[in-house]
Amino acid sequence: MSSSTAINAYQPKTRVGRVTNFVDSRVGGSGMVKEFGRKIFPDHWTFMFGEVALYTFVILLISGTFLTFFFDPSMAETHYEGSYLPLRGVEMSVAYASSLDISFDVRGGLFMRQVHHWSALLFVAANAVHMLRVFFTGAFRRPRELNWVVGTTLLIMGLAAGFTGYSLPDDLLSGNGLRIIDGVVKSIPVIGTYISFFLFGGEFPGTAIIGRLYVLHILLIPAVILLLIGIHLFMVVIHKHTQYPGPGRTNTNVVGYPVGPVYAAKAGGFFFIVFGIVAAISAAFTINPIWNYGPYDPSPVSAGTQPDWYIGWVDGALRLMPGTVGSNWDFEWNIPFPWGVNTLSLNVLFPALVPAGIVFTLMLAWPWIESWVTKDKREHHLLDRPRNAPTRTAVGVAGVVFYCVMWAAASSDLIATHFLVSLNDVTYWLRILVIVGPVIGFMIARRVALALQRKDREIALHGRETGRIVRLPHGEFIEVHEPVDEYKRYQLVSFESPEAYAPVADGNGHVSRSEKLRSRASRFFFEDRVAPVTPSELHASHSGHHGEIANTQDRESIASH
Amino acid sequence: MADNSHGSPDTSVTVATPGQGGVDTFTNPGLPPHRPRLADTDPRAEKRAERQVALLFFISVLGTLLFFFAYFFIPLNDTIERLRLQNLALGLGTAFAMLGIGVGIVHWAKTLMPDHELTEERHAVTDEKDRAEAEQIVGTILDESGIKRRPLIRNTLIGAALLAPLPAIAIFRDLGPLPGDALKHTFWDAGMRLTRDPSGTPIKASDVTVGSAFHVIPEGLNEAENKLEEKAKAVVLLMRLDPESLNPSEGREDWGYDGIVAYSKICTHVGCPVALYEQQTHHLLCPCHQSTFDLEQECKVIFGPAARPLPQLPIDVDDEGYLIARSDFQEPVGPSFWERG
Repeated sequence: MSSSTAINAYQPKTRVGRVTNFVDSRVGGSGMVKEFGRKIFPDHWTFMFGEVALYTFVILLISGTFLTFFFDPSMAETHYEGSYLPLRGVEMSVAYASSLDISFDVRGGLFMRQVHHWSALLFVAANAVHMLRVFFTGAFRRPRELNWVVGTTLLIMGLAAGFTGYSLPDDLLSGNGLRIIDGVVKSIPVIGTYISFFLFGGEFPGTAIIGRLYVLHILLIPAVILLLIGIHLFMVVIHKHTQYPGPGRTNTNVVGYPVGPVYAAKAGGFFFIVFGIVAAISAAFTINPIWNYGPYDPSPVSAGTQPDWYIGWVDGALRLMPGTVGSNWDFEWNIPFPWGVNTLSLNVLFPALVPAGIVFTLMLAWPWIESWVTKDKREHHLLDRPRNAPTRTAVGVAGVVFYCVMWAAASSDLIATHFLVSLNDVTYWLRILVIVGPVIGFMIARRVALALQRKDREIALHGRETGRIVRLPHGEFIEVHEPVDEYKRYQLVSFESPEAYAPVADGNGHVSRSEKLRSRASRFFFEDRVAPVTPSELHASHSGHHGEIANTQDRESIASH
Repeated sequence: MADNSHGSPDTSVTVATPGQGGVDTFTNPGLPPHRPRLADTDPRAEKRAERQVALLFFISVLGTLLFFFAYFFIPLNDTIERLRLQNLALGLGTAFAMLGIGVGIVHWAKTLMPDHELTEERHAVTDEKDRAEAEQIVGTILDESGIKRRPLIRNTLIGAALLAPLPAIAIFRDLGPLPGDALKHTFWDAGMRLTRDPSGTPIKASDVTVGSAFHVIPEGLNEAENKLEEKAKAVVLLMRLDPESLNPSEGREDWGYDGIVAYSKICTHVGCPVALYEQQTHHLLCPCHQSTFDLEQECKVIFGPAARPLPQLPIDVDDEGYLIARSDFQEPVGPSFWERG
């Protein structure tokens, strides 16, 4: 590249060529264009959730930077003098006053606030839905386990970014949110009170917390998220994207469109679409009207308040936990130690830590749990259709139900007032559901997945129901089935259906306890299974046909499905 | 659906032995034949798609103009209606500007750019030869450094490296003062008048009729140095019930005055203000997590996640008939903490 002969040897003819030559002979880049310019990306609508997450993050950076130019994260006392008349002269923090100024006195400020808040909600939602897609299609399997971990961390950082930002305007609603956090922090054994005092710079609410959250919100957390996004995308490039199974797709190829021009155009255009939709929502739907809440004051609170949606499940868990059982037993334990009595407030600590702990631990560990059970250490680049992994799908549904019951519990008071039912009954029912619901969800989801697999078998073997009823010569009526073409059939039959295995003895003929456990887990996973149709089965089913009309034997097998 | 999942494969109707790895699997038929789009075959459709894309880009231009119009020609005038109008116009302008470009590009890609699916082979992320070499290089590096052969160096380094980050933790010590007994006391003191929140005007016992409720702060709180911090602990709810319905326990008979009782407004769960008073049932309800306290049982928890009754503020009446505190709360208010005891 540095030798003069190289420059002489390559004489660009076109304008593109001259630009390329200028850039490449100075900083390189042709290699990158060669690598990425025509790289193939598989196309599917479910692959766009991750894009939504990325694009909303970009929108968050743009709108957030604008907001920092006007926001003042100070908790100093001031009297509001801006344009919003109902609050004029009211004593409040500078942070709240500057949030009001952004809303009322900076042109487009309210719009930017709304864009920022709506994209934050969408960012976490897109993260979550993207992870559900990855989970239900098995995209987390080797070699992508570490990227799944990075993604989970991104989701947690997204929650942190959301909560720190939510608290900044220092309005009544967010102040009460902080107070709840303070109560939860104080319930931590041994160090809780100290953490609370260090966090708030003394007693709640203090004058330090907004400034501290601000630094976390605009500097540390976005930097970590950016770094993680970089790692995440880097790994996507290394692994190449997964693809759905189907004709022409194998575990060793990638089928799709080249980055330039098709994929770049679609993905690039999609950024503008996401931005446009966020802008339309922000134009028409008010979010977080802080001027209605007033400045933070520890005494008032409004009924029916809700946290932002992604914090709801933890708030719901706090609501569901009973503080007392019966009339004389409660979850606040005063434990006598040699040095005195200390208080363990399990009614707060348990719901704040345990459900989130279970969900995130299982999420992080799942790739390894599954590969331990299946003994499957192969690389997977073809996705599973969720129905073809019934137990995994059922576990995912159980998790979703567990989450959603807690989430619903965060609105227990609104459920009660909107549906005119007793608040206490809503809570009692949700307490039962949070335990029983995941089990029911698991069973139903697994049955549905197996049933869908059987339906696939039926379609692969006998074709699609045409709705055309034919009367046979001997008077019987029968519905004509139309066979599917080989491409469609391949999609229905090209999956793996592992079988439960018996425990294997080691070299000394001893079956270890973990091997027994693994075998039991394998039975739990794969005892109920539906195998893909094989060519010989298809042949057998066709040879019995009279033309396109199924014979009696086939009908019986259909009836038994 | 009797036997197609539980039974053994040879007795089942639909369960076959799995074909993977065996010979009895379908062969991949390859990509389905490409079907041309309308714009691929019909020049008029192609032209139409081109015009549609251009129209969408033009809509984007109009959106940008709408934004500028709203920014400069819809001035704010201190009314929320005007603000909403400006917000709507700015937002719709931006939305059209963005959607016009986005939908236009995607339409362009889908109708006019090639839609032949291409196939590319995957390559292994690494190969094992590299891995062996890397292992060897790391081995050499470790070897040459001598860290394995010289445990004295290794162990002292580990010790130093474990210790070195501790100052980075310790230096955060000054983030806040130590708790001390700050959480165990409030602004209340013997003889201090009960005043209305937020005005700070004192309350006469005769003002408190049966069934009414007052939000109360201690006298002088509004002038306090750490007003919000003190208020976060000291706010009180004051109610008058039929004295017969109160059942004070031993030692607390004189904490109320003629059916007037005062309880901490800070929930013992996680500290929200217990702001809802159900007059008929004499229950206090926290709107955050629905902990419910029964005034007739000294604010015992009867529902929800709180585990402890609301602390009661002992009250009395002074010579002028104003309500006063007999003392501070007898126990810490608000959420529990480790040192509460």
